Amino acid sequence: MACDTHRPFKDGETLMSVRNLSFYYGGRRSGGRGGKADAKPDAKPDAELGAKHDVGPDAVHSGKHDGRSGVLHNAGHHSRPALHGINLEFKAGRLCGLLGPNGSGKTTLFKCCLGFNKPDQGSVELGGRPLREFSQRHLASHLAYVPQEHQATFPFLVREMVEMGRTPHRSGFSGLTEKDRHVVAHALELVGLSELAEENYSRLSGGQRQLVLVARALAQEAFMLFLDEPTSSLDFSNQLVVWETVRDIARQGMGAVICCHDPNHILWFCDEVAVLKHGRLLASGPVKSTITSALLEELYERPVTIADAWGKTFICP
Amino acid sequence: MFQHGLVLRYSRVFLFWCICTFTVVPTHSQHKCDPYILGASSGAACGAALAIIFPYIFPQGQLAAFICALAAVLLSYGLVRSRGQIPPMALVLSGIIVGALFSAMVGIMKYLAADTQLREITFWMMGGLHYATWADAALAMGAVLPIFLLLWRFGWQLNILSLGDEEARSLGLNPASARLLIIIAATFMSAICVSICGIIAWVGLMMPHAARMLFGPDHRWVIPGSALLGAIYLLFCDTIARTLIDSEIPLGIVTSVIGAPYLLWLLRSRGRAVYGL
Repeated sequence: MACDTHRPFKDGETLMSVRNLSFYYGGRRSGGRGGKADAKPDAKPDAELGAKHDVGPDAVHSGKHDGRSGVLHNAGHHSRPALHGINLEFKAGRLCGLLGPNGSGKTTLFKCCLGFNKPDQGSVELGGRPLREFSQRHLASHLAYVPQEHQATFPFLVREMVEMGRTPHRSGFSGLTEKDRHVVAHALELVGLSELAEENYSRLSGGQRQLVLVARALAQEAFMLFLDEPTSSLDFSNQLVVWETVRDIARQGMGAVICCHDPNHILWFCDEVAVLKHGRLLASGPVKSTITSALLEELYERPVTIADAWGKTFICP
Repeated sequence: MFQHGLVLRYSRVFLFWCICTFTVVPTHSQHKCDPYILGASSGAACGAALAIIFPYIFPQGQLAAFICALAAVLLSYGLVRSRGQIPPMALVLSGIIVGALFSAMVGIMKYLAADTQLREITFWMMGGLHYATWADAALAMGAVLPIFLLLWRFGWQLNILSLGDEEARSLGLNPASARLLIIIAATFMSAICVSICGIIAWVGLMMPHAARMLFGPDHRWVIPGSALLGAIYLLFCDTIARTLIDSEIPLGIVTSVIGAPYLLWLLRSRGRAVYGL
């Protein structure tokens, strides 16, 4: 298709754009149209992006965020948008960090970008075409999702886990081709796990499991990676290994979006950042110029200092 | 000699009993759902009892069993489906509820039945190969073989479904439609088998896990593997059933007596490795 033709991409070329995206709770997920009907009356897209919005008592208790489903379990707030007028661009060769407190809509934005959620307003475009024009299978050869490190139900081997990434490229009855095997081996090599290929995935350490999932995404031969809090359950050194691997992969001309809770990691590893609060885009742009103590204080509603030491920038509470 | 040949032949019918039962397992990862749990056997029993008691309304016993088994499984799925999702634990519960409903109907019919009919129902429910005829075997092969090949072809998709819906979608597979197809195929297959041989429990629950231990978790191996193991196990149990005492012991009893302790042992010793519990 259109976006396949000119790989590799030029550095900084826009791969995916989110245009005026709004998504409402209860619109699609509940199945019924009731929630959506409630949402419609105040569904006017807000022109002033990045504006401070409803920081009242209502907004502060923004509901319990269920990390898995990305839904606020807050019955009284069905009409509140999960995402409101988001405009973003993801570029080739850039690692984009997605920062925001729990319940800010990061996961919902991810799901909209991956085509799991259909936006109620606006669109997500891939190479200039809205996502809904792609089939699930076609989308999977362009976009890859790296979930949080998990235990597989069945004890698959590392190689088998990575081979699953070839699903969108397989056809019908045929088994894995020579090319598939080559791509899988190469993906494992890129994340540095070649010698663990025949190990049991469930017996690896958390960091290694996360890298296997990154390798699977690479085996998909997608050009956009979406990583959902990849380091949240890892120890200090494993966090750095995963971040470095992802950054190196992104530098080779892919786009990568990474959802993260530690602003320090975003400062150290990401090229760009998008900051979400209450479903609105607070700020976006290059990391160095965007992340300021004023922004972080607004985001977390507590004093934050940014300090330079040993040639690195640190964010301290 | 003739009897021995018969056993071999009928065991082929059962080769497939196990495949159908276990394909549902990974689609609802971590829960051991087979059509037995989803009420297929109670449904089939109800259909068979209907045919035994009201032969003039339901002249075809197997057809009635088949339809009722299919209805029971679809009902368990239908009851539990909410917001386009099927929560696995709720599925087990709804299977129990539907099973209880059909069992109650069987109970009513047993109460109403004459002595010979009661005896017939009881034997049918214990399960066995002695009812099956050559025509049944042909029917089972004809229906089950294509479905088996279809499910085998879906082995890769089953692997991916076991990772969970979201990952399946991100890998380009539509989990809802793949699951629906697999469930319908598996239910169809098991309903045919149950309608021919009655309720033979535990084969479908045991053999997939035994196959997993032998061949690893890849469903492209587990599917043919458990079919083969299921046939071997049934042959083994049928031999015991025919030779242990003078008269034939119903096969369903033998498979349960051997199968239940096996599953208990499996859960205690290798629960984590096999089920990911």
